[in-house]
Amino acid sequence: MTSLLNELRSDIRFVEGLNACMSCGVCTAICPAAAYFDYDPRKICLEVQSADENTLKDILSSEEIWMCGQCLSCKTRCPRGNTPGYVIQVLRRLSQESGLFVNSRLGRQQLQIKRTIGHSILETGYCVHPRLVKPELHPEQGPVWQWAVDNGEKLFPHLGSNYYKPGNGGVRQMDSETLAELRRIFEETGAIRLFEKIEKAMETAGSEVVSASDFK
Amino acid sequence: MANISWKDYEKRVPDDHFFYVRSCIRQTFFPGAETALLNILRNELGKDVFEDSRHTTCTGIGYHSDIIPLETIMTMVARQLSLMTEAGYRNLLVSCVTSFGIYLEMLDMWKHFPEKLEQTRDALRKTTGREFELPQSVVHASDVVFHFRNEILKRSSVRLMNCKSGEPLKVVEHVGCHYAKIFPHEGFGGAEFPSVLSGLVESWGGTVVDYPERRHCCGFGFRHYLIQENRGYSVSNAKVKFESMAPFQPDFIVANCPGCAMFLDKWQYTLAEMTGKTFSAHGHGIPVLTHEELAGLMLGMDPWKLGLQMHQVQVESLLDKLGILYAPIEKYRLAGVDIKPPARPSVLMV
Repeated sequence: MTSLLNELRSDIRFVEGLNACMSCGVCTAICPAAAYFDYDPRKICLEVQSADENTLKDILSSEEIWMCGQCLSCKTRCPRGNTPGYVIQVLRRLSQESGLFVNSRLGRQQLQIKRTIGHSILETGYCVHPRLVKPELHPEQGPVWQWAVDNGEKLFPHLGSNYYKPGNGGVRQMDSETLAELRRIFEETGAIRLFEKIEKAMETAGSEVVSASDFK
Repeated sequence: MANISWKDYEKRVPDDHFFYVRSCIRQTFFPGAETALLNILRNELGKDVFEDSRHTTCTGIGYHSDIIPLETIMTMVARQLSLMTEAGYRNLLVSCVTSFGIYLEMLDMWKHFPEKLEQTRDALRKTTGREFELPQSVVHASDVVFHFRNEILKRSSVRLMNCKSGEPLKVVEHVGCHYAKIFPHEGFGGAEFPSVLSGLVESWGGTVVDYPERRHCCGFGFRHYLIQENRGYSVSNAKVKFESMAPFQPDFIVANCPGCAMFLDKWQYTLAEMTGKTFSAHGHGIPVLTHEELAGLMLGMDPWKLGLQMHQVQVESLLDKLGILYAPIEKYRLAGVDIKPPARPSVLMV
């Protein structure tokens, strides 16, 4: 079995993100997620530094690693130049690659993100575009957004947008070769593999708890 | 000595020849803002700004919500840079604050881990046959507006003052976290004294509101907004900011990040519906502008061509304070046809 610690150390964000932490807790003090959730980046950095495989397995199965909002305010404030937000990125990567993410409710939400943002990128070339922000799924957007969506064909061109047509400009339709290049990049660099892992792990989620010993 | 230290907080912005990359969020919620920026740079200031229709998302939202591997986003960034190289440009002009942070992060990692740069070059070559050069400069759209603030002021008859009282308007400036919290030396004023928006406000006649939660995140949180059941995180963080700024009675908010601008606008509606409370004296909420929209108003652009009718918090009270004339009948007239206005919220006044 591959050591989880070695896997963490093989990611340059872990190398950049955690050196000589003195556990001062400034990251937790500045963290918006720590103010909202029962979340403590100082504690996570301490536990990761324990280098204990069982502790790492628990972290990778935990809810906590999915609570960071990635504002990266911690990078600004750490007196050692560390970035707990980068450490979180690496923990999340390993949690998904090992399948352990299915053990946490927040972790299982990765399937939804993969199927919305991930698919949108492959199909349109955008993470977000107007038709993805469906008013029925976004009641917080309010009546003006409903109006914008209802009148998009006229409104967006009125404001200089290309609105799903070929050519230059905002919300333009991507040409097929651009989307083909994007897909080849995703296939070559691991994004498609990650998408497949998320789908496969979720197929078994609920029927059995994933064990770290399954990680190869 | 003080002057030497202050140079650490300055940033060099090229005077001309930009390769522009758009923002997924800005083109969705503020399409008129990107149009306005290009109009200002090309037509008002006579600058050369190039755009290649083959550029895509940087995938930053997917990266920060952890479905995009590092190697993928590095290669996606490399592909954008290859388009810039192909066009003969070296100055990258970025619309989005998330993307701005992404470009800087990849360049920083390539500097510290040159083998990653070589792996990225190989991956891009293998998948697309493309090559790329590193940029000479990476600037955010708000950097450019700040850089040309005095040229914009010279062409403007508008000042950020109440046209009736002559008092400076009180402005909340919200700088997106990924503008300078990740790489402080890449932003005007760094993380400690961000001046990219406060400098605009003060140069154009307003005063900046210094409130306790000024540097708090807007609450986007990537996965926390993308997943519907997690949005309590986003709205709660925005509430922290509104509660903190409201006692200062700001006239408007300006934000350089498209996500921040959208959340600070829309969450005022949501919070009003949830709690019955608004954050302005007369129940209209605090208008929110992007830096491009503010610059467009300074230059006399039509508010309804800038897209200000797409804001949930209505902007007319601010336009009236500024003495900017507008045609109410044009607000909902599209392609020569009068369109039925949006429904009225139950709490927030329109």
